[in-house]
Amino acid sequence: MIDKIKEQRNEAWRVELRKKLKAKDRKAIERIVIPEEDSLERIKSQRIEVNRPITFDQAQTEASRCMDCANPTCMEGCPVGINIPGFIKNIEQGDIMNAASILKETSVLPAVCGRVCPQEKQCEARCFYAEKLNLPAVAIGALERFAADYEQSNQTKSDQVNERVSNGVKIAVIGSGPSGLSFAGDMAKYGYEVTVFEALHEIGGVLKYGIPEFRLPNAVVDAEIENLKELGVQFVTNFIVGQTASIQDLKEDGFAAFYIASGAGLPRFMNIPGENANGILSSNEYLTRVNLMGADLAESDTPVMTGKNVVVIGGGNTAMDSVRTAKRLGAERAMIVYRRSQDEMPARKEEVHHAEAEGVEFLTLSNPVEYVADDNGRVSHVKIQKMELGEPDESGRRRPVSIPGSEYLLEASVVVVAVGVSPNPLMTNVMPELNSTDWGTIMVDESLQSSINDIYAGGDIVRGGASVILAMGDGRKAAKNMHEKLIGN
Amino acid sequence: MKNKIISKVQLSDSIFKIEVEAPLIARSRKPGNFVMVRVGENGERIPLTIADANRDKGTITMVVQKMGVSSAKLCELNSGDCITDLVGPLGKPTKIEKVGTVLACCGGVGVAPMLPIIEAHQKVGNRVITILAARTKELVILEEEVRKFSDEVVIMTDDGSYGNKGLVTAGMEQVIARESIHECVTIGPAIMMKFCAETTRKYDIHTVASLNSIMVDGTGMCGACRVSVAGKTRFTCIDGPEFDAHQVDFDEILTRLKGYQDKEKLGNKLQEVK
Ligand SMILES: Cc1cc2nc3c(=O)[nH]c(=O)nc-3n(C[C@H](O)[C@H](O)[C@H](O)COP(=O)(O)OP(=O)(O)OC[C@H]3O[C@@H](n4cnc5c(N)ncnc54)[C@H](O)[C@@H]3O)c2cc1C
Ligand SMILES: Cc1cc2nc3c(=O)[nH]c(=O)nc-3n(C[C@H](O)[C@H](O)[C@H](O)COP(=O)(O)OP(=O)(O)OC[C@H]3O[C@@H](n4cnc5c(N)ncnc54)[C@H](O)[C@@H]3O)c2cc1C
Ligand code: SF4
Ligand code: SF4
Ligand code: FES
Repeated sequence: MIDKIKEQRNEAWRVELRKKLKAKDRKAIERIVIPEEDSLERIKSQRIEVNRPITFDQAQTEASRCMDCANPTCMEGCPVGINIPGFIKNIEQGDIMNAASILKETSVLPAVCGRVCPQEKQCEARCFYAEKLNLPAVAIGALERFAADYEQSNQTKSDQVNERVSNGVKIAVIGSGPSGLSFAGDMAKYGYEVTVFEALHEIGGVLKYGIPEFRLPNAVVDAEIENLKELGVQFVTNFIVGQTASIQDLKEDGFAAFYIASGAGLPRFMNIPGENANGILSSNEYLTRVNLMGADLAESDTPVMTGKNVVVIGGGNTAMDSVRTAKRLGAERAMIVYRRSQDEMPARKEEVHHAEAEGVEFLTLSNPVEYVADDNGRVSHVKIQKMELGEPDESGRRRPVSIPGSEYLLEASVVVVAVGVSPNPLMTNVMPELNSTDWGTIMVDESLQSSINDIYAGGDIVRGGASVILAMGDGRKAAKNMHEKLIGN
Repeated sequence: MKNKIISKVQLSDSIFKIEVEAPLIARSRKPGNFVMVRVGENGERIPLTIADANRDKGTITMVVQKMGVSSAKLCELNSGDCITDLVGPLGKPTKIEKVGTVLACCGGVGVAPMLPIIEAHQKVGNRVITILAARTKELVILEEEVRKFSDEVVIMTDDGSYGNKGLVTAGMEQVIARESIHECVTIGPAIMMKFCAETTRKYDIHTVASLNSIMVDGTGMCGACRVSVAGKTRFTCIDGPEFDAHQVDFDEILTRLKGYQDKEKLGNKLQEVK
């Protein structure tokens, strides 16, 4: 693989392209400012994408900033090792379809990753510009989105879908999130008959029920799913493996091997007094009602709690998605309550900035200790305790310490608890022979095989809450290992 | 075509029995399990107990009471129509052990989910006494089916229009006074289950209640269905739906069931406008 990337770098057109502009001139180009929908306009709907597409010219200009490094450190920052200079140089020379096909060599969901990857911590953090020049990194994520969107909007697909020869071996995937999808894509390319089973009525896992449309439109996810269908992947919704049918039943139906990608879907609560009052819900419930069930639309039968003051507990991506959703559902005050300071928030910086622009308030160094309800049992106030930062903990972040006597009441008509998720227990509950950790994650070896032969697992069910790209990376790795094992037998 | 409705029978003004094709669920379901149902592309997911199943025909039966928009949409479907989405079986199955005499207390549409439970109790050799409670005669449903799986049936109506006059708890007291009861199961409106639990608590009879929380996914993903049992938060869909009735905080459930009342009324209005 690495040799292939080197070889491509030495192709005549790449050498030419490198010579076209001097390093000094490339350096002088300013990083693209990604156009955004106006913040007052975009909060009018849950379904307006915040980041607007960039033009062909903008993409080419940004692509020409990339130095096509001999040692592209950016690739080390990408958990799946996308051939970054390879696809970027294709954009620079104007061959967008080829850029898209390079992305697809490594990622089945480039249009998704280009939008939701924490690029600033991954590929872009390791870009030569950021590491050595102390200049803004090449906008790798935006370029990735550009190439993938270009392909999606073009009738002719990149040359990924070749006529496929089936080997007749049936493989089952449990869960249709990014991990299951990427596994399914690779196995289909290897020639297997792949069926993805999904418990919900929609395909996509968190991409559909969790991440809101203003960050990741469903149409983008659906287009990627269409690609998989063209590869021959079958999807069965409303099917809970372990309940509707067991793994044993599926074996009897001829499935030879399994990949469990059932995600980390179990919401955590804080177990503080009053937490079961009406109007207090998990971020999963809040986001599912809106994103999966369309509760923001008049024609949907599913209701969602709304109110003047919406308080969201937590500082991760899920908290940001929830608080920004609250703004779009009409909250006058949409507030983040987070126990550390803003610097320590695990959410992507971009999301925090977007939230600020939309008028979200940040109450940091604040921790809820109790909820107060009105006579009807509906939450009315959150009792907040102020915090200060103490000594660093194992993660290196300074530990928040409560300040006694600092409690005060904050008005709240809706509270969304976004303090993390635990692994989905649906599979481990019904399969005690599937070894799991005390945390409930499924234990796997280096090849991602579980304690049971021919059952592999990856994504959030193995890692706990992680990221789209890591979940996808697991899917690819499991596919490769499973394939090697199956043909070795 | 998936989830095709095979038959639909009206049991009372607002209660319908619906048999639907679902071969996999028919095969894997156990007493106590439920399904999530969604009607139409804008439909809401609602939980319904599997009242009966026929493995050979590959069908399951649900008994639905029109409550609001979603249950009404389901009741409007007819034989030959398909249910948009149907998933299950969900929830932990009922624990069925040979204990002696079981007192089954059902109110309203709670009779339907009780059927597979009393059937199973009878199969393992328990003596089953069922109390069928309803507001009025018209609302006493599935009596014939209940008789099939019960050694004795006591019918209670609030207005005395059928059977004995009085609430379910009056019937319970009578039975308990007369013979020893080893286990009690209660399914019905939360308020009824609360009073059933209060009644058996006095006599220290182990009691199981099947809770009807509001749900979204039914798979443990959202926490909408959370209840307090023995002071701990549990999810009805994956930890239940059956819990030790003496440990359940029914007042909290009653409050939580009202959570979306305003919104649902709005839903009803929207529906009328259409
Ligand atoms: C609100 C939110 C925002 C996020 N934002 C970002 C972000 O910006 N960037 C980023 O990189 N990551 C983000 N993440 C994290 C990322 O979405 C997850 O790490 C990723 O989706 C995990 O993928 P997965 O395939 O392992 O599982 P999931 O996406 O959770 O999918 C699992 C699927 O399996 C199904 N399932 C479970 N059990 C069964 C069963 N027994 N039978 C059949 N189906 C089953 C579930 O219904 C679900 O659809 C976010 C997460 C959330 C919740
Ligand atoms: C595990 C489980 C099994 C169930 N089995 C059955 C069954 O076999 N047959 C059946 O008819 N119903 C059953 N229910 C109840 C059924 O799910 C609700 O009646 C239904 O969700 C109401 O939806 P709706 O949109 O029609 O009414 P809504 O408009 O949502 O509600 C109408 C009114 O009913 C109340 N309500 C809302 N949800 C519930 C609920 N879950 N339980 C009681 N009251 C509620 C609301 O306060 C509201 O005032 C079950 C519930 C659970 C949790
Ligand atoms: S997949 Fe994510 S980390 Fe990898 S190159 Fe793309 S944006 Fe960067
Ligand atoms: S490190 Fe930056 S400049 Fe170098 S190849 Fe990667 S993206 Fe281009
Ligand atoms: S219904 Fe969502 S967790 Fe139980």
